Amino acid sequence: MINKAGKPPVVSAKNIFKSFKDVKALNGVDLEIQSSQYTAVLGPNGAGKTTLVEIIEGIQFPDSGEILLFGKHWKHNKEELHHLIGISLQETLFEDKLTVRETLRLFASFYKLPEKRVDEILEMVNLKEKHKSYVVHLSGGQRQKLALGIALINNPMLLILDEPTTGLDPTARREIWNILRGLKENQGTSMILTTHYMEEAESLCDQIVIMDKGKVLAKGTLDELVSASQTNEIIQFRIIGQKNIPDFSNFKNIKDMQYDEVTGQFTLQVANTSEFLPVLIKYLNEIACKVSELRCRYVTLDDLFIKMTGRKLTDNTSGI
Amino acid sequence: MRSQFWQLLSIQFKEFFREPGALFWSFIFPILMSFGLGMAFKDKPEIIQHVAVVFPANTDSSKLKNFLDVRCTKIKNKNSEYEFILDNKKLGKTIDHFFVRTREESDIMIKRGQASIILAEGNGRVNYFFDPANSESRLTYLTISYILSGNSTISNPDEIQTLNRKGMRYIDFLIPGLLAMGIMSSCLWGICYSLIEKRSKKLLRRLVATPMKKSWFMITMFMSRFIFTILETLALLVFSMLVFGVTIQGSWIAFAAILISGSFFFMGLSILLASRTANTQVGNGLISSITMPLMLLSGIFFSYSNFPDFIIPVIKYLPLTLFADSLRSIFNEGSGMSAVMIPFLILSVTGITAFFVGLKSYKWN
Repeated sequence: MINKAGKPPVVSAKNIFKSFKDVKALNGVDLEIQSSQYTAVLGPNGAGKTTLVEIIEGIQFPDSGEILLFGKHWKHNKEELHHLIGISLQETLFEDKLTVRETLRLFASFYKLPEKRVDEILEMVNLKEKHKSYVVHLSGGQRQKLALGIALINNPMLLILDEPTTGLDPTARREIWNILRGLKENQGTSMILTTHYMEEAESLCDQIVIMDKGKVLAKGTLDELVSASQTNEIIQFRIIGQKNIPDFSNFKNIKDMQYDEVTGQFTLQVANTSEFLPVLIKYLNEIACKVSELRCRYVTLDDLFIKMTGRKLTDNTSGI
Repeated sequence: MRSQFWQLLSIQFKEFFREPGALFWSFIFPILMSFGLGMAFKDKPEIIQHVAVVFPANTDSSKLKNFLDVRCTKIKNKNSEYEFILDNKKLGKTIDHFFVRTREESDIMIKRGQASIILAEGNGRVNYFFDPANSESRLTYLTISYILSGNSTISNPDEIQTLNRKGMRYIDFLIPGLLAMGIMSSCLWGICYSLIEKRSKKLLRRLVATPMKKSWFMITMFMSRFIFTILETLALLVFSMLVFGVTIQGSWIAFAAILISGSFFFMGLSILLASRTANTQVGNGLISSITMPLMLLSGIFFSYSNFPDFIIPVIKYLPLTLFADSLRSIFNEGSGMSAVMIPFLILSVTGITAFFVGLKSYKWN
């Protein structure tokens, strides 16, 4: 497959299957990533995200299906592809008693890069002040920045980051996002990022791929995904007490509904909030149902994910 | 409160019992070790003392010959070997095993730890040659002097001839063994454990996702470890030379060759052991299971000649025994390359084989 510019896609994965013993980690996954495109692969733990990126990284091989990077197969182009990609694995621990600079210098040597590049990376990931610190003395956020710095050291055309901000506080997370945004603007890098943070996908990526149980459930831009949904407006409220629970089965304006019995929260997807809201308030008054935290908003990725899978993105299942 | 206590206690047990490797090394391995060693020593509760005997030129009126012929039992199928059994209901048996040898052969037996004392007769007197710093030799001396002189436990001090010539002392026996053991530990912990740790931290996986040459990774690891082993060896060697006056009486080329082959063997073994092991707990047990029996069996601190006869041929060909015995013969017996050629070849060939098998089955991801 060749794109309009006459170049093959950065990543082309077709019908990828991969199993571990009895677990189907990937069950016929297709994915295409174009040049300068940032793609988020979203899914809860066990969705198959890490397996997919590790196959793209050439660390694992699919049981069947074809994976091409820049139109090339891993089998015969390992050396070249290693120079074109930069990766950050989930939870890699570098040598504790090496300094930040020494760690970067080691990886720079694999690409035959000069010391100048180490300085550039230290600047880019804001670790200049920590360049003499042992890795063991870095905070979680600083370690992730070091992992990102290592991924960027060879100025890759494709950056593959597996949950780069998991476990980080919001400030550290935003710092990483800023680095990634800068990279896109200045260098035109392509990126695959796995995450289970909706906000991360929404804020950074052009293409969003939603995965669960080894399958791609949906993919497209955020707008495409939202408009593919029957509706893009949400009314959410919490009922007070367990008496007079509303029954919305006869309301045709409601396209979809979720009710959380534990929290008493209703989430209604409607075609037109301004038309439906007076009707809803009138009905709630009639049945003497008291509500709190009434909110009207647009559909988010979270809503789409729950609708597609019946689970929240942060639900934990087995990690694959 | 109680429930919290039981919950906490139960997770400790669960964590332990759900790690099959830890379970094996904690329960099964000690049982196997005790079974093996217990079986080996079950029928030998007695103390065995090895004594080299040197007859005088004229044996007609020899006290020692007379003692061996009259009071000792000749050992079947063994030439010039006798035993004397000192039996005590509470202490059990003390068996003195006498080897009639020339003076030169007796010296070699001492150097190899095969005998702890030499009884030599000359000018109508029996002299005891041993290193007083070696407690085993002192005990043997006390026993033999008791047997030979009736009720007196301490014989005439003039009969004691201190063996403090270089190569004959316990320290001369000990240092080459410690060198060999140090290299074994250094290689197994420095290479094997380090590789397993890198795998468990996913660092290996990260490294192979770069254009790094895997062969260079291994070669640099080998090189650095080899340099460390040389430095460690030099440190112990210089220390023992300066403080204890230990010398290398044999060929330095043979010493270097054995040092290289011994290091290669344990480096190769390290790669083999590390090739598939995924977690450090299992790695820990695996390394201990190799080093502990070798340290016990290979005669590092005491001669393995005290082990039962049936197991000695096996012990002699254990890698650490080959390594330590070769170093001892170079240090104390003045051996050259030809004398240590067989251990050199065995250690080199098996080490290189283990290295390539390990590399072939090496799991990088």
